Order: sequence, then structure tokens, then C-alpha cells
Amino acid sequence: MQKILIANRGEIAERIIRTCQRLGVETVAIYSDADKDLPYVQQATVARHVGEAPPQKSYLNVERILEIAKEENVDGVHPGYGFLSENGEFAQALQDAGLTFIGPSVDVIKLMGDKLSSRRAMIKAGVPVVPGSEQPVESLEEALLLAEEIGFPVMLKASGGGGGIGMHRCENKQDIENTYEQTKKRAKAYFKNEDMFIEKYVGNAKHIEVQIFGDAHGNVVHMFERNCSVQRRNQKVIEEAQSPAMSEETRIKICEAAVLAAKEVGYKNAGTVEFIMDEEENFYFLEMNTRLQVEHPITECITGLDLVEWQLHVAAGERLPLQQEEITSAGHAIEFRLYAEDPVKFFPSPGLITKWHLPSVEGVRVDSGYGPDLKVTPFYDPMIAKIIVSGETREAAINRAKKYLTAASVEGIKTNLPFLIRALETEQFVSGHYHTGFIQSMNPITT
Amino acid sequence: MKKVEAAMAGTVWKVLVEVGDEVTAGQTVIILESMKMEIPVEVMMDGKVASISTAEGEFVNDGDVLLELE
Repeated sequence: MQKILIANRGEIAERIIRTCQRLGVETVAIYSDADKDLPYVQQATVARHVGEAPPQKSYLNVERILEIAKEENVDGVHPGYGFLSENGEFAQALQDAGLTFIGPSVDVIKLMGDKLSSRRAMIKAGVPVVPGSEQPVESLEEALLLAEEIGFPVMLKASGGGGGIGMHRCENKQDIENTYEQTKKRAKAYFKNEDMFIEKYVGNAKHIEVQIFGDAHGNVVHMFERNCSVQRRNQKVIEEAQSPAMSEETRIKICEAAVLAAKEVGYKNAGTVEFIMDEEENFYFLEMNTRLQVEHPITECITGLDLVEWQLHVAAGERLPLQQEEITSAGHAIEFRLYAEDPVKFFPSPGLITKWHLPSVEGVRVDSGYGPDLKVTPFYDPMIAKIIVSGETREAAINRAKKYLTAASVEGIKTNLPFLIRALETEQFVSGHYHTGFIQSMNPITT
Repeated sequence: MKKVEAAMAGTVWKVLVEVGDEVTAGQTVIILESMKMEIPVEVMMDGKVASISTAEGEFVNDGDVLLELE
């Protein structure tokens, strides 16, 4: 590939540009009215205005993005994460225009983008899935019956959901009655698909995901797992690789299951198979993300690989650069998502950044889309930077992270920096025995 | 008249009331979306919706009047 368009913004656009610059690939950045001053716009070979600030008028405007891609004569389009990255129609439109989508095939995006059809595919592959319905629930009455059969608590989920949106934990019949219609309506509004299903809620669970990679020649490898159990509103805040408090036997099994899942659907390019794991280390398939994940840097830190480089090779039709036995892991890495939000209530905090002190130092990688004197707008995700800390051991990584985060500062807007520091000081996090209820169980921050 | 203002900038995702509706303190009348999060706007007092000065899909700034209660 000689020239690619990045259909995204901020941090991930910068990240992709970095690899492309190293490989001598030209980049076309797109930017909305709200993003014209962000650093990635300057870093790309070419930058083109895509539209107004709201995502529907810019980063989700397929027609306009295609127009720019054709005008700039690019070979391929990298979608990053979010926005159009898991949109089958977008991938199809690119394909129809003779452009390469840097990601999996259209069929696989569609199959795995629907939680129900992906559940069925995994059952067929012999991958364990969370007990639940295999068909959409047709009515409130059916939802109540199913929930009784499965046993409370249950998760009421939108089939097209993702990113923590379109799901409700229901403790009893009353909860289902209260949320069924509302969840259905939101599913339709957000995902244009009102199909709902019910899944058993796995309590005190760990969210474990496996990075996989496939090529067009039928090869699939894994790059070990990540633990992403520190979540607020079902969205990740801290991730680490490899997962602490997990037996080597389970690690081997879960990575094998992920490869099996990817082979079943003929997966190519970067993907992540997400599992939920209970206290006895039984794991169940949750969903598959058919794109590069926000947390991919921790996998890069422990394996020494550049996932974006692999994506470009595979998209160009090449074989995977390494075979499974050549992919090794060393040390430990933890990613902290720095959000523009109140550290206590996790409430959004857009505004002007007046001070930015996030230096790149040894053992710390900062992937960021912002800097001093830049405005964080209310239009997009609140994540302003990723702080990725490595160490020879987990303890070394935690100690380095404490030191770094304590010295770091961003002013002008509220950030979750105090929360991140507080999380590192808890016995639960330090022990590695934390689960998805970790944040709720923490003592509130009083400063 | 009591004005109900936006506590932060965002896009109006849902308007849950109509002019003439009786509302009670604590009721969510509008849902804003800001930084991919839904922010419920609640009324602080009982009353009747006299006017609505925004619409779904519209971008509002911190302090903009969303509706008035009588």
C-alpha cells in the first residue's frame, strides 16, 4: 500500500500515521470543524475537511469519506476503532469502489456485528457461550419466561449493541418489565436493529479478551490475552496484559478457543475475541470485535509487534508475518485511559485544556490526540490519552505507573487521573484479583 | 415561569414531554448526549410545560434554556 485514508480522528489517527510514516506509506487524514486544530491533522501527509462537528455529518458520512478517498486516489482505508470500523455497509461501499478496507471481510463484520448470529456461530464452533437465548425475544412475556428459565440475574441485550450501550442487568421480573421497551427503543435508535436477547449474568466476573490475527490464506494466530475488568458503565478504564490471577492452563485454553472462533468464521486482519470468566475460571464467549482495539498497545508492549503494520500487510494480501510459535510475550503492560470526566461521578467534562504534562519517558508510552491549548468538545468520546506503562514484572509496572500518574497533570478540564491513581492503591488491583464490579466496590474519592 | 437550562453542552437526544404536560420534581424531561454519554435533564419542581425551546438533534450549550415551566 502506498497511500491510505484514515477514517477516524484524534489518538488513533495519530497512532496509524506513526506506523505509516515508518513504513513510508502516505496518509490522508479527515477532520471535522471541531477537530481542525488537533495534532493528527498536521501529522498526516494530506488533511481533508470532512464536515461539521456532529459525527453523522463528518466521521460517519460514508458518501463524503468515499468522495475524499477517490479524489486522493488512496489504496485503502483504515477505519480505526468506533465510528465506521465495524460497519459492514461501509466496508462494502469501499469494496464496490475498488478500495481496500483495512479490516476483515464484509460477511464477517456483519456476522459478528450481530450478537445473536455470532453466538450461534460460536456454538457451532464448539466455543463456550454464556447461557441464553439463541433467537431474538419477541415479546416482554417471552423475555420474562426465558429469564425465569435461565435464572436471575440476567442481562437484557440489544443484538446490535456494543461499547457498553444497549444492555441492562435485570435482578428480577420487575426490572425486565421496567426496561424492556426502553432498551428495545434505544436499540432501534442506536443500532437500527431492535432485536433483543437474554443472557445469564455472570457475577464477580473477569473480562478477558484475546487478540487474534488472521490472513487471507487461512492462517490464524493469537497474541495472548488482556484483562479488561476495570470498567465503568460497561466501558473499559484500565487494561493489562497478560492477565494477572489466571492459571497457565486457562490461558492456553482461552487463547485456543479464540483461535478456534476466528478460524470458524474465516477471520482475516486484527480482531479480538471477548470472554467473560467466572471465579472458577470457566470462560464464555461474549462478542467479537472486528477491528483494532483501543487497548492494542499493551499487546504490542508484551509481544514487541506493531499491530497496525500487520494490518497493512494482511490487507495487502500478504501472509501473517509470524507463525504462532514465533510470537512470544515478555514483561507486563498496563494501559490507563485518561478521560475528560469527573473522577468521582464519571460525568463528561469538555472544555479547554490549559495545562498538559504527559511526557514520554522510559517504560511509558503515551498515545494521545490532544495537547495544551486544545479544546475537548462534547461531540466525541471523552478519551483524551492512553498511558501505557510497561515493566519487567507486574509489580514494576504498577510502581512505575504510580510514579508517572502522580507526576502527570492535565488542567482546564476535569480528568479521571485521581481515579486512576486511587485504583492503583487498592488491595484488589494490586493483588490482581479484581472483577468487573471493582469500580463500584471502591471507596469514593474525596479529594 | 421557571426556566430549565442545560447543565452542559451536548446534543438533544430525546424530548420526553410536550407543551401542556404536567411534570413533577425529579422527572426527566430531556435526554442530552455529550461525549457519548446520555445526560438526563430533570425538573426541580412540579409544574406544567409552557414552552419547549429545543428539538431532537439540536446542539445546545451549557446554560441554554431548554424549556419553561409554569
